[in-house]
Amino acid sequence: MSDNPIQLLTEPTTGEAERLAALHALLVDRASAEAAVDVTYRRLDSPVGSLLLAATDLGVVRVAFETEDHDRVLESLGSSVGSRILRGGDRLDPLARELDDYFAGRRQGFDVPLDLRLARGFRLTVLRHLSEIPYGSTESYGEVAVASGSPRAVRAVGSACATNPLPIVVPCHRVVRSDGSLGGYLGGLPAKERLLALERAA
Amino acid sequence: MKRPFEQAVTEHGAVVLRVCRAVLGPIEADDAWSETFLSALRAWPDLPDDANVRAWLVTIAHRKAVDVARAGARHAVPVAAVPDAAAPRVDQPEEALPDRDLWTAVAALPEKQRLCVAYHHVAGLPHPEVARIVGGTPAAARRAAADGIARLRTTYATDGRVSTHV
Repeated sequence: MSDNPIQLLTEPTTGEAERLAALHALLVDRASAEAAVDVTYRRLDSPVGSLLLAATDLGVVRVAFETEDHDRVLESLGSSVGSRILRGGDRLDPLARELDDYFAGRRQGFDVPLDLRLARGFRLTVLRHLSEIPYGSTESYGEVAVASGSPRAVRAVGSACATNPLPIVVPCHRVVRSDGSLGGYLGGLPAKERLLALERAA
Repeated sequence: MKRPFEQAVTEHGAVVLRVCRAVLGPIEADDAWSETFLSALRAWPDLPDDANVRAWLVTIAHRKAVDVARAGARHAVPVAAVPDAAAPRVDQPEEALPDRDLWTAVAALPEKQRLCVAYHHVAGLPHPEVARIVGGTPAAARRAAADGIARLRTTYATDGRVSTHV
């Protein structure tokens, strides 16, 4: 420890990290109570890597894979939803529990409220249909296009899946090519393969 | 594009807590920090993208510290028009911590010196920015910060003990 006061004034004080953690938690609580927060978020370790979970006061608004770059996803939420974004709070604990159960093979669907504001128009129609594909089964992009009311919009179904703001929870991983190959996945093909294998095994 | 507020907390939270502590002492620093960040969160969407976030937060912290000090003064026996930093209490757990003496010495500085030391040396703001917050000229802010540090060198002994001859 330096004995120069100027130097010492810029160094962390004793117990500072613990006090900041407590103050941060209090800030999230107080801000949530007065609805001064646009988005809260947390991370969850999963078999398909670290997941970013983000929610508004309406429901879960975003689930993101590590491959999407969590910092970039948060910045994008700042533009699309609002920049009053804080880590923590208990809003996402129910989803984290449900995801843990899902990855353990104990759960086949999700009951938490969703905020689908990041999807519009045909993409939203596609997402609504995806939630109806049963656990453990798959549909082709063409089948999803038919079910969404636009049989020729196969490519649009592909981009709806690729921009799904709520992967895993809204099961775009259950959409595959008509020849049985996997197609694409925003979390990477190994993640898609893993999710499908998990559902087949259960 | 406005960055997530969490980044401001991560980048500046510790410095703002040290500033609050230097200005108010350890007990009231937590309240001032909470009020500062809650207020900053509310105003965050309206802050210009190119604003100096640290200077903005320290400005809010300064106003909150004045509020907290005034509220404390209302409950205390009036001894002076402007409350100097709360004298550190002897019954608090931080008593035994190694860096307590430094912050006790900071708390014992006259108000203008304490503020200028906090905003320039703890927060790292340039003197003109400090002057904008505390009032007066940049030269006066520079002098008050220098006087404060000179005084700390005499009151905060190198063996980590505060001289009793403050």
